[in-house]
Amino acid sequence: MTGEARISRRWKKAPFIQNPRLRWAIYIGAAVYLVLAIASVEVNWTRIVDGIPRGIKFVGAFFTPDFVSRWDDIYEGFVESLSITGASTVLGLLISIPIGLGAARNISPLPVYLVCRSIIAVSRAFQEIIIAILFVAMFGFGPFAGVMTLSFTTIGFISKLLAEDIEDVDKEQVEAIRATGSSWLQLMNYAIQPQVAPRLVGLAMYRLDINFRESAIIGIVGAGGIGATLTTAFDRYEFESAAAILLIIIVIVMGAEYASGYVRNKLT
Amino acid sequence: MLKIENLTKRYPTGDLALNGVSLEVAKGEVVALIGPSGAGKSTLIRTINRLVEPTSGRILLNGVNLPSLGSRALRRARRTIGMIFQEFALVERLTVMENVLSGQLGYVSFWRSLIRKFPQSIIDEAFRLLERVGLEEFYDKRADALSGGQRQRVGIARALLQNPEILLVDEPTASLDPKTSRQIMRLITELTSERGLGAIINIHDVPLAMLFVKRIVGLRQGEIVYDGDPDGLTSERLTDIYGEEDWTATVRKKGSDQEEEDNGEENDDDLPQAAMSLSRREAAGRQAGRK
Repeated sequence: MTGEARISRRWKKAPFIQNPRLRWAIYIGAAVYLVLAIASVEVNWTRIVDGIPRGIKFVGAFFTPDFVSRWDDIYEGFVESLSITGASTVLGLLISIPIGLGAARNISPLPVYLVCRSIIAVSRAFQEIIIAILFVAMFGFGPFAGVMTLSFTTIGFISKLLAEDIEDVDKEQVEAIRATGSSWLQLMNYAIQPQVAPRLVGLAMYRLDINFRESAIIGIVGAGGIGATLTTAFDRYEFESAAAILLIIIVIVMGAEYASGYVRNKLT
Repeated sequence: MLKIENLTKRYPTGDLALNGVSLEVAKGEVVALIGPSGAGKSTLIRTINRLVEPTSGRILLNGVNLPSLGSRALRRARRTIGMIFQEFALVERLTVMENVLSGQLGYVSFWRSLIRKFPQSIIDEAFRLLERVGLEEFYDKRADALSGGQRQRVGIARALLQNPEILLVDEPTASLDPKTSRQIMRLITELTSERGLGAIINIHDVPLAMLFVKRIVGLRQGEIVYDGDPDGLTSERLTDIYGEEDWTATVRKKGSDQEEEDNGEENDDDLPQAAMSLSRREAAGRQAGRK
């Protein structure tokens, strides 16, 4: 190498968008959009100023939560919420497993696959609240509507992730079991189940956690559980009781989080 | 026993993997299938038990045309065809015993296999096989706790528990070190001769194939270009199969291989017990023969 004679070549990382005109058009367009969008938000400053003391009062209530005066309502609400959570997770899981198997392209024939994928798509299309409103209209107020709502949304969640996990299994292990002359059910039990079981348990624990949080929300639209108690407390400006409910929710969610992490660590 | 006639496989992508392959394997005959990557070796053995569906041609196993079978009859036929894989293909989260017993899935009901209640005679046979491959202490270990060579031994035991008539062996040694490769090849060829089993062994390692197998079939671009004994594999023949290369190191020099094999046996200290005593006996026998 003739070190000094060489002219050093400049190098810069190539820009993500090659065409400079397009690149600058996108940058400027994004900036203009941002300015216009911020300008379009109408801020009612007097309402905000009015609300500040109420906000402070609510935050302050967390330092003096009142578990006692509405304890019976709170207790009943949580028992209902936890029942909704457990029932909907188990029911949803039982329905999800066959649908998840059917929605995995590597083990199911095309017609079954398409039907199962459609069920998943429908279940995932709507947010919990919308389905809760629908089921409350169908089954009336109360926890039954809540169980139906959360079971329904659990199907979309677990089936989809289970199907994707099945599609990712080691193909050779499946071939090996198939090559022994096993039946379809034996193939599921010997080749698929051992590969996806830890993840399925993890998903179920995670969904239990989600269903508990959702059960608090769907109560607001009348599907039973602690959500109903919570809205009542807010409507009556009983911020101390509301704070108590929120604190209990936080503790339960943290407990569930810790428990599911522990179980998932044990299973690999 | 196995007769393949004019077998063709074209993948949906348009690739012609097998182009009119005809091959006959007699009862108890072991065939090594060599050829470059993509020559169709893997496809060929997978069309036999129809893990890959052939496009056309006949595959006769004891007179039964496998490609024409319905799903129930195919499962019955698969029971008699054992398969051994390159990456061992053990179900990693199952125990060694469960993996071996899965060789019987074609024979037992779903309910029995679900609750892992296999007939006692089968469990006895599974223990015998584990002992034969030198892993009798490992039955309750999880498969992912084993080393490569140990896993392949479990894979062999699983295939044999099917009580097969023929073994399909896909690159049994490609994921193993040279010494373990030899031990595994020796185990496979010994077991086939003990049980009078036919076998088709896909293998990349040409010298290893020449060492253990008496009939070599060369595949190139989906066609058979060589079928004969290892001594016939000259530089020209290897060039036919693989293309131009200096083959002088690969071609067999008369008499030299046997000694080389024995030298490899000197320090078998990390072998499982049964396999070790076996190879010692073998080496001793050969030395005695030479004197």
